[in-house]
Amino acid sequence: MTNPPNRTAIAVTGLRRSYGRQVVLDGIDLHVPEGTVFSLLGPNGAGKTTMVQILSTLIRADAGTVRVCGHDVVSDADRVRAAIGVTGQFSAVDDFLTGQENLQLMADLHHLDRAEGRRRTADLLDRFGLAEAARRPAVAYSGGMRRRLDLAMGLIGDPRVIFLDEPTTGLDPRSRRDMWQIVRDLVGRGVTIFLTTQYLEEADQLADRIALLDRGRVVAEGTPAELKRRVPGGHVQLRFADGRALAAAAAVLDVAPDPGGESLALRVPGDGGVRSLRALLDRLDAASVEVDGLTVHTPDLDDVFFAVTGQPTPGTTPEAVTAR
Amino acid sequence: MTTLALAARDSATMLRRQLRHTTRDLSTTLLLLAVPIVFLLLFVYVLGGTLGDGLGGGSGGRAAYVNYVVPGILLITIAGAVQGTSISVALDMTGGIMARFRTMAIARVSVLTGHVLASVLQTLCQLVVVLGVALLVGFRPDATALRWLAVAGLLTATTFALVWLAVAMGLAAKTVETASNLPTLLTLLPLFGSGFVPTDSMPVGLRWFAEYQPFTPIMETLRGLLLGSPIGADGGVALGWCAVIALAGYGWAKRLYNRDRTR
Repeated sequence: MTNPPNRTAIAVTGLRRSYGRQVVLDGIDLHVPEGTVFSLLGPNGAGKTTMVQILSTLIRADAGTVRVCGHDVVSDADRVRAAIGVTGQFSAVDDFLTGQENLQLMADLHHLDRAEGRRRTADLLDRFGLAEAARRPAVAYSGGMRRRLDLAMGLIGDPRVIFLDEPTTGLDPRSRRDMWQIVRDLVGRGVTIFLTTQYLEEADQLADRIALLDRGRVVAEGTPAELKRRVPGGHVQLRFADGRALAAAAAVLDVAPDPGGESLALRVPGDGGVRSLRALLDRLDAASVEVDGLTVHTPDLDDVFFAVTGQPTPGTTPEAVTAR
Repeated sequence: MTTLALAARDSATMLRRQLRHTTRDLSTTLLLLAVPIVFLLLFVYVLGGTLGDGLGGGSGGRAAYVNYVVPGILLITIAGAVQGTSISVALDMTGGIMARFRTMAIARVSVLTGHVLASVLQTLCQLVVVLGVALLVGFRPDATALRWLAVAGLLTATTFALVWLAVAMGLAAKTVETASNLPTLLTLLPLFGSGFVPTDSMPVGLRWFAEYQPFTPIMETLRGLLLGSPIGADGGVALGWCAVIALAGYGWAKRLYNRDRTR
């Protein structure tokens, strides 16, 4: 098949889905160009998994159209299935089979001939660091290994679009970084990735574009940089040894201390650049105000989420919450 | 590849997967086999002497009871074996691999037919072992080759029907525990029928149930084929029940498999 560059991998229009009276997806429109990483970001219960289930033909939408690689997920489900790989939140591996047998099973179901099936199995075991454990039953694998096997199983058929539903939930930091590297390698091969996550850092690290999902609606969409720009600029937080120094600094810089005032900290708006930081400290120095310590706060996705929904996300640091 | 060839190929792949499970999960396989054998030994050696005298006609005693009880034990074997089917389907469901299969471009039915074919094969093997043990403890059938063939046919039909029912139960169960409990009812059915004592000896209500429940005509037909007792209408009724259970199980399983799943 020859296709024009930058064509659409996933197109979603007016998607709705409810379970009983509970509306899970409430009119979603998305557009994911081929060869990019798109991240659906949101707290638990935002509708991320339902979205992946619909896009991967597992369940049907109540309304709206979804096309994956140009094929309609309802009327042309088998073509969609042939083009995608899915890795769910819960590792869908066969515990009784070894890693190698799991991959071989997938190769057989993709109707690859014997030699090709073996070649891809060996290649994936190698790429995902599972070669040594290839002959052990999957039930004996660690969480990270299971997740890698799960992802490898989704890749046997050389999919053009890969759905990763919270691929690093429950993984330790090291396995998480391994997973991120794997995702980056996949992107290098021109695959389109649709990633759901509740980790803001993960979306920030991996995604070309991010959609924030909150209670079934996309509340913001853009590149990580665009989203960060939607938040009022960063600030420098200054800490002081006592209330007197705090009051003096507030006067010099013409910034009101935090209401309540029990913390000896002052937030000074600014981009956190070296030049403005030096100017700031110079001004305090000139007024002989002693600074105890400082932190530079650049806006992150936590701030974006808070700015857009008015609610903190799960895992938000208290510092970022009080920043608003 | 035609749709049918594709379905056959994918079903064969799934069958291989299931047969591998049998050897990997040997403890479950052996446990499923042990239950009917323990029942057989219990009923023959502990209860058989007395129960055999109560059968009426013939010589009575343990020797007569072995011959009487084998069809009931065979059905317990099948009922126990399909419990394994139900558990294995539920494991696929809760473990997420069923969802994976459903997002792949494979013949959809193969996921279920793999389970069905493997279970039928396994159960038939178990039936052969149980029959072997029965012969060792004194079972003396006097069936012709043709009648043995009919026995094999009826056992296969019964297994096929109950396996489909068990697949549906496995799909319907929300947890593996439920999937393991649901088919237990099937294991009890031979007891509430003509499996272990003739239905004439039962009180009226129970007797009515025992005579009309599906397992009784199946057991009576097996008994007739193996021992040469009259079969009458039971043969047709038995096959009818197998067809009804198979169709109902298949229909139920198919509906559950194709439903939108929330989780």
